[in-house]
Amino acid sequence: MKKSVIFGALTVAGLAAGAAAAGTLDDVKARGKLNCGVTTGLVGFAAPDANGEWGGFDVGVCRAVAAAVLGDPKAVEFVPTTGKTRFTALASGEIDMLARNTTWTFSRDVDLKFTFVGVNYYDGQGFMVPKELGVSSAKELDGATVCIQTGTTTELNLADFFRSNNISYEPVPIETNAEAQQQYLAGACDVYTTDASGLAATRATFEDPSAHVLLPEIISKEPLGPLVRHGDDNWGDVVRWTLNALITAEELGVSSANIGEMSAGTNNPEVNRLLGSEGNLGEMLGLSADWAKNAIMASGNYGELFEKNIGENTPIGLARGLNAQWTDGGLIYSPPFR
Amino acid sequence: MTTLTDPPKASFRLSMLIYDTRYRSLTIQAVAMLGFMLLAAWLLNNTLTNLATLGKPIDLGFLGEPASYDINQRLLDYNSRDTHLRASFIGLINTLVVAVLGCITATIVGVLVGVLRLSKNWLVARIMTVYVEMFRNVPVLLWIVLAMAILIESLPAPRAFRGDNPEATMKVFDSVAITNRGVYVPEPLFSNSLGSIHLFGDSSLRFDVSLDLMAILVVLIASIFAVRKVTSRAAHIQETTGVRPKTWHVNLAILFVPMIALLAVLGFHLGYPELKGFNFTGGTHMRNSLIALWLALSLYTAAFIAEIVRGGILAISHGQTEAANALGLRPGKTMRLVILPQALRVIIPPMISNYLNLTKNSSLAIAVGYMDITGTLGGITMNQTGRELECVLMLMGCYLLISLSISMVMNWYNARVALVER
Repeated sequence: MKKSVIFGALTVAGLAAGAAAAGTLDDVKARGKLNCGVTTGLVGFAAPDANGEWGGFDVGVCRAVAAAVLGDPKAVEFVPTTGKTRFTALASGEIDMLARNTTWTFSRDVDLKFTFVGVNYYDGQGFMVPKELGVSSAKELDGATVCIQTGTTTELNLADFFRSNNISYEPVPIETNAEAQQQYLAGACDVYTTDASGLAATRATFEDPSAHVLLPEIISKEPLGPLVRHGDDNWGDVVRWTLNALITAEELGVSSANIGEMSAGTNNPEVNRLLGSEGNLGEMLGLSADWAKNAIMASGNYGELFEKNIGENTPIGLARGLNAQWTDGGLIYSPPFR
Repeated sequence: MTTLTDPPKASFRLSMLIYDTRYRSLTIQAVAMLGFMLLAAWLLNNTLTNLATLGKPIDLGFLGEPASYDINQRLLDYNSRDTHLRASFIGLINTLVVAVLGCITATIVGVLVGVLRLSKNWLVARIMTVYVEMFRNVPVLLWIVLAMAILIESLPAPRAFRGDNPEATMKVFDSVAITNRGVYVPEPLFSNSLGSIHLFGDSSLRFDVSLDLMAILVVLIASIFAVRKVTSRAAHIQETTGVRPKTWHVNLAILFVPMIALLAVLGFHLGYPELKGFNFTGGTHMRNSLIALWLALSLYTAAFIAEIVRGGILAISHGQTEAANALGLRPGKTMRLVILPQALRVIIPPMISNYLNLTKNSSLAIAVGYMDITGTLGGITMNQTGRELECVLMLMGCYLLISLSISMVMNWYNARVALVER
């Protein structure tokens, strides 16, 4: 852990400049593989299954990008990163993109020199407590011991929340979600706090999920999205528009089920432009004409990804809420493909 | 007739730099040095240029900005509005705490185990062998994680202490609470406290020194000094008259009366932990992370120290033991008075490197969420500010400083116990 940080820090200098000069897109094509940073394991978002195959909502984005660039959704090398190592990994060029429940903030964008290409999940920080504690509001948590994943925005929000409400707490910093789960279940902390989606995902893996409640307070805005390094706008565009393609596909009713017939050509010019049967959007990006088709076929459009991994019919059971299409009153909105 | 000839003129030709053995080694060294410096300069220049290209030139300004995160174990005052420098300083203190605690415990356990491993008692010797081999041959990170897991999983949560018929109760006359969040012990409190001195004003390195503690230390040192005076006077009387005056009651009085008087004046009493809300409040809270780290680091390092001690003892010729026996010293005294003092000369130098190892290994603290300097400066601060190079360099500087200080103290001690050649 320590070694990788130091190594990363020292190679920031060596690699980043080189990578930026050569162009990440060309690098990925030459390598034949996309290096995608994900979490060390958060069910629903990114976790390996029994066969070691990575799956999840964030993984879906990685696979879509790999499919768009290389035509093969399996051509992804998943690099598990912790809250602490993720930025160093991205800055040093160890990974090409990061899809790891990462909150888009001013300082990460401007000061850490990353480009957030969009938002794939609108989240907020919540609290989970065992039901038996009888707590109904986060403001009753005076003096509680709180488990937090270190190196995240949640750590800072937590400090601000308790400070502004003038109550005290005892932070227990933890490296990964799995360790936090262990400590929380053993009662070494009263409360576990992270993004509400993460809490739901974690609770779903408990033996008895109903013994734990999420408190009503959402204490922050956490727009989560994939990000890339500053300085390579071309690559940023590829990732951004792949994500937008997934979103637009849902909006236009293009799904992995009907994409075969739709890609042959439809009456809707935007669908045609998206799927490459009209215009040359793929060429503009430096990709093949069927890039978006490949991306959508990888694991479905945005809505399919959501339902399959974290939707209401999964153990995690998240409602679309803010993450519904704008046409359904949500915030998910893609610029037009034109 | 004598012919005066000038001594041959020392002519120097450039080729001599290579062909003359007097100069050749100098040439090679100079070339190697030049090459090394060029390499270093190239690396440095490359780093600086690339950082500038990235738009992240070396800048320590971030240290003055608010850290915005909380630290659970803080021996000095700190809140989330303090600067990153302050947070690093708190982390540094935490590193020092665990390093000092670890070094002391490791030495005690190590010396004990090292001596016992040489015991003639088969069982004791074997048990010590098993201990040494187990701890020496498993990475310390695993021991740390294991210790933490045991503490978390096997001890009761604070809520188990609640209710009329609780599952868990406090130990030692209801004064110590052992929970899976740490151990709460009574804390010393002073009702007529003298207050404290604030050093370094409002800066990030501000440091409060408790006057109560200082007063206690001063009285203790004075007492010890007086006791030594009494003892040396007794020895003097014994040398001149042959009769040693009784001193133990005087010594006891000197040690205890002033201390008790001082504590009474300060209004010394204990603050007991009690369950309030989610956690115990009051008392001193030794967190699990500290205990696990401390325990694992000291037991691990003690295994190495035990081997060094054993080696040191074996290095002393058996004749010394026989001579001591011939003088009528019992085995315990032989070890304490004859063998160990001589063995120290062999033991100290490798011991230094073990202390250094323990201190450096304390950077594994993050595995159990102990907020040492690697957790604050090299962890959260680095992550939130994105100043990787600055943070890592500062971190390296801190460890270098700590290690060099330990080396200095131990080398001084080594020079004191070293064999004086006559």
